Amino acid sequence: MTPAGSLLEARALHKAYGPTPALDGADFAIHPGEVVAVMGPSGSGKSTLLHCLAGIIRPDSGSVRYGTHTLTGLSDARCSALRRTDFGFVFQFGQLVPELTCLENVALPLRLNGTKRKDAERQARDWLARLEVDGVAAKRPGEISGGQGQRVAVARALATRPRVIFADEPTGALDSLNGERVLTLLTDAARDTDAAVVLVTHESRVAAYADREIVVRDGIARETAGAA
Amino acid sequence: MSIGHTLLGLLESGPRHGYDLKRAFDEHFGQDRPLHYGQVYSTMSRLLKNGLVEVDGVEAGAGPERKRYAITDAGITDVAQWLARPEKPEPYLQSTLYTKVVLALMTDRDAAELLDTQRAEHLRLMRGLTERKRTGDLADQLICDHALFHLEADLRWLELTAARLDKLAEAVGG
Repeated sequence: MTPAGSLLEARALHKAYGPTPALDGADFAIHPGEVVAVMGPSGSGKSTLLHCLAGIIRPDSGSVRYGTHTLTGLSDARCSALRRTDFGFVFQFGQLVPELTCLENVALPLRLNGTKRKDAERQARDWLARLEVDGVAAKRPGEISGGQGQRVAVARALATRPRVIFADEPTGALDSLNGERVLTLLTDAARDTDAAVVLVTHESRVAAYADREIVVRDGIARETAGAA
Repeated sequence: MSIGHTLLGLLESGPRHGYDLKRAFDEHFGQDRPLHYGQVYSTMSRLLKNGLVEVDGVEAGAGPERKRYAITDAGITDVAQWLARPEKPEPYLQSTLYTKVVLALMTDRDAAELLDTQRAEHLRLMRGLTERKRTGDLADQLICDHALFHLEADLRWLELTAARLDKLAEAVGG
């Protein structure tokens, strides 16, 4: 399968931890601007799949292609560089640096990519405003609510205008209203910037924000029947 | 729930009399609402007329004649199409889905595939409702939320059933 115009493509991915297979076959492609939910019960292999797609862990066999790069063939250093410039990440917990202000947290990936401080902070401020949390710019993560923290994390993930955003249970720790707002802001911003989103979740209400879903069960990932 | 399709599915394992059909139906699906004999015979008469079953034999007795019914090839195709077609998601769908899953197991069809097809149908509807929420006013959002919570409950049931298919197959002898 080589779908035309795909941005991220997994082929025959397998990964085991010791004798336990975590991922036992994954073949699919994701296109720019597409929000794809990766669903499945706990322990089904969803997070392993996300980590393989993002080049964080190497599969035992199979390949991941991102644009013109074969991630599975790159050195660790090259993979890290690509993650910094092209990928954004949102997790459930603990992703903000507690010693930095929220503004500095959002500016951090821009600074790491070589953007000058003033410009990085201006862009960070814009993203915080877009995520409706410009009021917490000067506060540290410990001084804000979980919902605000997650919006800051999304702003940070989007700040470098990544081409792929990996979100692992991004609203798992939030109440319904906050979770829905974060999902709306994340998916709207991603679609506006033509970024693809890989949204790992076990909740169908979260998956409903995606354009389609990939189901992982017992390590086997497949696109669901009739997915439009 | 489609009584006609359910009776047809029960006939796939072999010809049965109307009375046996009623007993099998009540045993597997009629916990709350057992079938009336009248429903069985009116349904069989309709299936007969539509060529989905045929009379396999008639036993004469002291009372009325007892017909034994067998499913036809057209009947088998009809059951297969019904099982493969996802149900329109709506509240309290579980009894129909449960019937389909049990019949799929009893007739050696792929019950996991049936559940996956249904899950895709539910998620398609949930995506539509979520999109409506994004653009709608507060009333729209509340109406959509009500539907979304019901659909989410269905999906949880689909997940649990998928995880218990092996046990269910043992229980129904599929």
